[in-house]
Amino acid sequence: MKSLLKSTIIAAAAAALMTGTASAGDLVINFDDPNPAPKAGFEAAVEAFKKANPDVNVTVNINDREAHKTAIRNFLSADAPDVTAWYPGNRMAPFVDAGQFEDISDLWASDPNLSTSFEAIKPTMTRDGKQWGVPYSYYQWGIYYRKDIFDDNNVSVPATWDELLTACDTLKEAGVTPFTIGTKFLWTAAGVFDYLNLRTNGYEVHNDLTAGKVKYTDPRIKETFANWQTMLERCSFVDNHATMSWQDAVAPFAKGEAAMYVMGNFAVAAFKDAGLTEDQIDYFQFPEITPGLARAEEAPADALFIPSNAKNKEDAKKFLSFIAQPEIQAEWNKTIGQLPPNSKSEIADDKFIQKGFETVSTASGLAQFYDRDAPAEMAKAGMEGFQEFMVKPDRLDAILERLDKIQARVYE
Amino acid sequence: MSTVESTDNADIVAAVDNRSWFRKNRLAIAPWLFLAPAIIFFLIYVILPIFQSIWISFYEWDGLGEATWLGLGNYIELLDDDRFYTSLWNNLLWLFLFLLAVPAGLFIALFLNQTVFGMRLYKSLFFFPFVISQVVVGLIFTWFYNPNFGIVAEIWGWFDASPPSILGDERYVTYGIIFAGLWPQIAYCMILYLTGLNNVSPDQVEAGRLDGAKGWKMLWYVILPQLWPATFLAIVVTVIGALRSFDMIAIMTQGGPYGSSNVLSYFMYEQALSEYGFRMGYGSAIAVVLFLIMLVFISYFLWSMYQEEKGGH
Repeated sequence: MKSLLKSTIIAAAAAALMTGTASAGDLVINFDDPNPAPKAGFEAAVEAFKKANPDVNVTVNINDREAHKTAIRNFLSADAPDVTAWYPGNRMAPFVDAGQFEDISDLWASDPNLSTSFEAIKPTMTRDGKQWGVPYSYYQWGIYYRKDIFDDNNVSVPATWDELLTACDTLKEAGVTPFTIGTKFLWTAAGVFDYLNLRTNGYEVHNDLTAGKVKYTDPRIKETFANWQTMLERCSFVDNHATMSWQDAVAPFAKGEAAMYVMGNFAVAAFKDAGLTEDQIDYFQFPEITPGLARAEEAPADALFIPSNAKNKEDAKKFLSFIAQPEIQAEWNKTIGQLPPNSKSEIADDKFIQKGFETVSTASGLAQFYDRDAPAEMAKAGMEGFQEFMVKPDRLDAILERLDKIQARVYE
Repeated sequence: MSTVESTDNADIVAAVDNRSWFRKNRLAIAPWLFLAPAIIFFLIYVILPIFQSIWISFYEWDGLGEATWLGLGNYIELLDDDRFYTSLWNNLLWLFLFLLAVPAGLFIALFLNQTVFGMRLYKSLFFFPFVISQVVVGLIFTWFYNPNFGIVAEIWGWFDASPPSILGDERYVTYGIIFAGLWPQIAYCMILYLTGLNNVSPDQVEAGRLDGAKGWKMLWYVILPQLWPATFLAIVVTVIGALRSFDMIAIMTQGGPYGSSNVLSYFMYEQALSEYGFRMGYGSAIAVVLFLIMLVFISYFLWSMYQEEKGGH
């Protein structure tokens, strides 16, 4: 009788222990892109992780990108997953400052990949001298153009500002609008602004502006806008861009009504979906404006983070270190057509990826993007200002003064 | 005999007194019991948040970290914010232009209030825009207005004119959205008037006719006064609909171009809850202003309903 009782207790305790270990092996990941290619890339990485760690029970939630941006505020405090997708740079700042993301500096110091192969991207993952996430992908920006239209009009790829303006003149004479853009959701205009500013004033001024150290009425920023004004006049953009999304703006590009598009590499898939072939489209770096200025590029990264409230941080770190491996990053980015942040990863055999890698790896500095480098509130006001400037260039002074006012408040 | 009677009375009195408090006050309590679930939820989800919003509007808070007391800081900032005035002005435009739905609904209702073969079908067709979701209406009108392939572009094309970019031009954008919003709202007012017209007493129309009233005079002096309850309801619904206009703007322009089609409700959402926002305090301050504006109308409506009820008794 006594022994029976004893064994029952032991069995119960063992059962409790077993369930205990089982729940410690649950890993919940919230990902933010349900589009076919990003989903496939992510799921392949998760499958590989499962195979390497059969004891970890992985659960994956894939949210819509926009929904994820709102949901993250709730789930970080209420029902935190063990790993979540988010953006580096200033976009992670609110969560880092509120103590909602886990400091993983130890992982960056000890992991063989993170400590050696992520030098270029490390600063964007760093805040307060600590690292907060692991990037799985990034992509170049630049000018995508219709090679066939350029060839038909004997326009060669412009390397300098003057060449670009001359190319625009030729295109306009041929009845082609030089640039397409859709600014309904604002951020596309920030891409143009960032490049003009990076080429006019360089990387430092970009960082100082987005860090609130340079005013919008600063003569250097005014110089950037003066160049933009020239671009608006000679390299006009498509009409009605304020009502179009970036996808809508692909239509004039595909129809041959516009010849160039300042965009990120994710747009290539959309160009091909719109019926353009590999031979019709190509990529070149945004031309030099101030001669001799060190070339910096836009290269926004996507990353994974561990929430502070995660239940299984041990396996979460295991997962982050797993996806930092060169082979995993190579495979993942081949699927989604982007660049692996691990410098030892192989890159896909695709002309856009190859050129992008060439562009990014030789750049003197990598900017995230205006709306990731600047605090969210400043970014919103700034991008509205850019859009207004594109539609009503004569309001420039009023716009810049308004932005100064907002800047003074946001960074106080 | 008398003793028996008195004991009976005593028994009854005792029985009455023995009833529990609940049984004694049943009639008074029952309505409150039935109302209780609604009252509790109304308190938790409507009344309490109002005070919470007012409270939050005195703080600077990003929804995550510590909130810092600002006092009236958010309101002072609001007074200095151009976007606030743009939104306020657009709200006024919405308010006045949206009221056009009331007369428009009335005339469609008068037009449809006849006995012709297939009238029910026509009525349902006119009512149709109210049945489809606002989001769909917004999307359809966005396409209508599209200067490249929209119907507006087609019509302008007939006259060889280059079409205006209605949603991309700060001068037209708010009117464009209001026009889209009017479509379902007219249908709603029309239905209110159609039911109202069913209750117009034929005797009075007949009497008016004998006295020589017809056309506009008949409408103005005989029909419209009888339609007052429907008119009142239509105005209430339209004013509130105009003040809380949100979905159309979110779908059609997101407040753009550069914030020129914002209204207070969308501005509040943008500041407090959107991708680039999370200024809970500032958003709450906007919400409080919107609430005060609504309060003016709501208290007028409640007051006039109260007056009417008093007059009725």
